[in-house]
Amino acid sequence: MAKVKGYVDVNTARCKGCNLCVVSCPTGVLELQPREVNDRGYHFVYMKNPDECIGCANCGYVCPEGCLTVYRKKAE
Amino acid sequence: MDTNNIISPENLVYAKPELMNNNHMHYCPGCSHGVVHKVIAEVIRELELQEKTIGIAPVGCAVFAYKYLDIDWQEAAHGRAPALATATKRLLPDKMVFTYQGDGDLAAIGTAETIHAANRGENIAIIFINNGIYGMTGGQMAPTTLKGMKTSTSPDGRDVQTMGNPLKILDLVALLDGVCLATRTSVHTAAAVKKTRRMIKLAFENSMAGKGTSIVEVVSTCNAGWKMTPADANDWMVENMFPVYPIGDLKNI
Repeated sequence: MAKVKGYVDVNTARCKGCNLCVVSCPTGVLELQPREVNDRGYHFVYMKNPDECIGCANCGYVCPEGCLTVYRKKAE
Repeated sequence: MDTNNIISPENLVYAKPELMNNNHMHYCPGCSHGVVHKVIAEVIRELELQEKTIGIAPVGCAVFAYKYLDIDWQEAAHGRAPALATATKRLLPDKMVFTYQGDGDLAAIGTAETIHAANRGENIAIIFINNGIYGMTGGQMAPTTLKGMKTSTSPDGRDVQTMGNPLKILDLVALLDGVCLATRTSVHTAAAVKKTRRMIKLAFENSMAGKGTSIVEVVSTCNAGWKMTPADANDWMVENMFPVYPIGDLKNI
C-alpha cells in the first residue's frame, strides 16, 4: 500500500488532450476520455486509477496548458 | 482516504502559475511553448520580478505570448527582439528584460541582431525555442532543420549540398565575450523542466546583476510541423535532435 496519496485535479475546459501527462505518469493513473470531449472538442484527461496516484506531479510539470493541479498527502 | 481530505491548500504540490492567466492558448496540443511559458511565469513569481519584468515577444508561434503572461510586454518586428530588448534595458536599467524567440526568428532573420546584442554584452536574457522548423507558417525548413529532415519546403529531406548545414547558433554565440550564460535544455520530462527552470532563473538573475547576455536554448518539439503525436515528437527529439543539439552548458560564468 502506498504511503502517500495523490490527487490530480483536471481543468477539463483547458485540457487539449495532448497525452503528454499520460505518458509521463509512472503509475499509470491518467487516461484520455475515450468518448467524452470538452466544449472545444478535445478528449480531456481524467484519473482512471485514482488509487495509484502518488502525487509526484510529473503530469503537472509536463502539461503545456497548465490545466493540472496536483495534491499530495501522507496516508493516515 | 477521502478525496476531499487531499484537496486543500497545504497539500498542494503543483498548480498553474499565478502569472499565467486563463486565456486559452492558441498553441497546438502538446506544444513545448506552453511548458516554457509556465516556467517563465514561475521564475518571475519566485524572483518577485512581476512589476519589473518586460518581455519582448517575437514573430512566430509565440507572437501572442503577451496574451498569456500577466507582465509587461513589447512586440518586436521579426527577428528584432534583441534590438528592442537592448533599447528597453538601456532606457530602463532597473527592469528585467528578456526576449522569447523561436529558431526562425532568432537564427534566421534575426541572426545579426542576436549576435551583435550578445557581442555588446547587453544585460538581457534570451529564451530561444529551437524546434528545427517554422511552425506558424506551415512547417517550412528553418536554418536549424536537421540534415535529411523532411519539411514542407524540403520534401525530400534537407540536402546539405544545396541547403546548408543545421545552424548551431548557440555554439556561435557562446564564443562571444559579452555572453555570460549559454546553455541548452529541454522540457520533455519533469526533470528536464526543472533543469530548464533553474537555467532560466539564472539567466534572469544575470540580467538583474548586469553580468551580460544570457541565452537559454530550449530544444523543443513541433508535433504539428513534424507530423507526429506529441509523445512521439518527444521521442523523435531525443533520438534525432539531441545528437545535433546536445543538452548542457556551453558557457556559464
